[in-house]
Amino acid sequence: MSASNIATVYRKELRDMLRDRRTVLSMIIVPTLVMPALMMGLGFVSYKIVRQARATAPTVMIIGGADSPRARNALAAHEKIKVVPTADDWKIRIAEKKVRAAVEIPAGFDAAVERAEPSTVKIYNHEGEMRSGFAVSEVRRFFTDYREKVITARLEQRGLPASFVKPFEIRTENVAPPERVGGNIVGGIIPYLFILLAFTGAMYPAMDLTAGEKERGTMETILCSPVARMDLVFGKFLMVLTASLATVLFSLLSMGLTFLIGGSLLARMGGGAAAAGAAAQAAAAAPSLPSLDPLGMVAVVGMVLPMAVLFSAALFTISLFAKSYKEAQSYVSPLIIVIIMPAVIGMLPGVELNLRLALVPILNVSLVSKELVSGVWHWDYLGLIFGSTCVYAGIALALAVRMFNREDVIFRA
Amino acid sequence: MIEAHQLTKTFRDKKRGEIHAVQNVSFRVAPGQIYGLLGANGAGKTTTLRMLATLLRPTNGTAVVAGHDVCAAPEKVRANVGFLAASTALYGRLTAREMITYFGRLNGIPDVEIKTRTARLADELDMGDFLDRRCDKFSTGMKQKTSIARTLIHDPAVMIFDEPTVGLDIMAARTIVRFVRDCRARGKTVIYSTHIMSEVEKLCDVIGIIHDGQLRAEGTLEQLRQQFSQREMEEIFVQAVTGQSAPMTSASAGVAVP
Repeated sequence: MSASNIATVYRKELRDMLRDRRTVLSMIIVPTLVMPALMMGLGFVSYKIVRQARATAPTVMIIGGADSPRARNALAAHEKIKVVPTADDWKIRIAEKKVRAAVEIPAGFDAAVERAEPSTVKIYNHEGEMRSGFAVSEVRRFFTDYREKVITARLEQRGLPASFVKPFEIRTENVAPPERVGGNIVGGIIPYLFILLAFTGAMYPAMDLTAGEKERGTMETILCSPVARMDLVFGKFLMVLTASLATVLFSLLSMGLTFLIGGSLLARMGGGAAAAGAAAQAAAAAPSLPSLDPLGMVAVVGMVLPMAVLFSAALFTISLFAKSYKEAQSYVSPLIIVIIMPAVIGMLPGVELNLRLALVPILNVSLVSKELVSGVWHWDYLGLIFGSTCVYAGIALALAVRMFNREDVIFRA
Repeated sequence: MIEAHQLTKTFRDKKRGEIHAVQNVSFRVAPGQIYGLLGANGAGKTTTLRMLATLLRPTNGTAVVAGHDVCAAPEKVRANVGFLAASTALYGRLTAREMITYFGRLNGIPDVEIKTRTARLADELDMGDFLDRRCDKFSTGMKQKTSIARTLIHDPAVMIFDEPTVGLDIMAARTIVRFVRDCRARGKTVIYSTHIMSEVEKLCDVIGIIHDGQLRAEGTLEQLRQQFSQREMEEIFVQAVTGQSAPMTSASAGVAVP
């Protein structure tokens, strides 16, 4: 192995790649644009959806209760919901999201409350649907308040204080720092994007430097040179790795810039929107960028490093086997699913890092990254995951060298 | 100097089993000589030459090229060999100069030396106007000249040509043929494979006829003419390959025609 030969091969491949518009696109332009677009987009869209949903009162249908005008009218007067005329097909309407929820007031409800007899108000909803959820919580809040009023009135009649039935209050308060909350929500997505970018960045050059060279006939030319095959593998592999890391680095840089510039930009946009709709009480929830621990972000990139080596070597080996660029594409494209799967599992709520999962490639990095961006450092897991990824990367690289030395692979006809 | 000793190459194919691409091929090419390897497609020409250029490892036998054994010191062999085939292409995104410089560096030649050699080669091959243009925009002739310069940058003692004129027009093919003759004139050892009869007649000092991976006949054009009692190369080839004369020749040779 000769370092100067590897450097010669690497320099040539770098020059060659930088002259290729497709590489520049996948290595520099895409990662630079994807991050800000995603972060600004995510922040703004989620803010807009929530604001819109909150601003427009959800529609609710009242079933029954003709003999209970007191409850009915009070509900109809509740300003955070919009009561719509009753229809027989209310179930279908809820399912079709035309009506968000329905309340069934039992017959003789007012009278039953008067006589202190038990009765049940039923709320029908579309489980899992956000606006239906808003409707349910509003209706629920209304009836809870209504019940409290009844209780207070009854207590007063008997000369008892309100604390007689409510000896203490219960209140919930978030004490986790905002980046940990943010980390849990978007924490799964951002590090995962680095994993995906490390893969997509390596994909194109890996195919071009192997199958592409075979297809164009330059592989045979380069094999005629006195350079050892090992030097060729390393020179080419380093180029693939460079592309992979450049992709990650450019996205990290653009993410940093997004935080610097985008935050104030979004706030201004949100502020304007809130001022325009002065009535909307969404002003408090101005759009914001997901808050992530910057040091954790850098650590995520550190964890992605050995993974980039693994991806580069694996993609190099697989594409080397192909005769043409097209064939390489058909081998490599399904691999994206393999990359997506563990990352998606890592994003599922409840999946937490343990000793066994720390050895599963990709999934381990995805899981530990989720922790890192929310500012939690599990040093033992970090070491184990970094180490195991390095081992996998080493195996993939050894395989690449082996494949390059196999003439039935290089001259596959 | 090239000395092939019992060169044998066997490929394993899942569907077709063992394929004996080259079997016990031995020959010798001296400096200042052009050895023509004549054979049909699939006869084993490319495999033989790839073994000499150390792109493939022989299954059996070996060869000594420019004083080095292809099995024991493949890198030293490659440092002394220029390999030009129809299938050895150029990097499209590099300029001709960058391509030549790259191969010069891979051969361990200092940059200053590469510069002077490139200037000389460009002058000899008349490449001045396209030396700094990208190879993907080249005509076939320009590509050929760049490839020739690429094979010559390290001034190899042995030149291996694998069907270099395939797919070329007359003018480009003539450039190649002239270049092969030049190599001989400079005292290089040259081996040249082709399936074109006229090329061997014009160019080669010694001709080896290869068929089904075996060397069927070998000698100078005159020796082969005497051995097969035929003047035309095509007839000699057919006889060597099939062991009988071609039907057209029988007719022209005066066999009873009704």
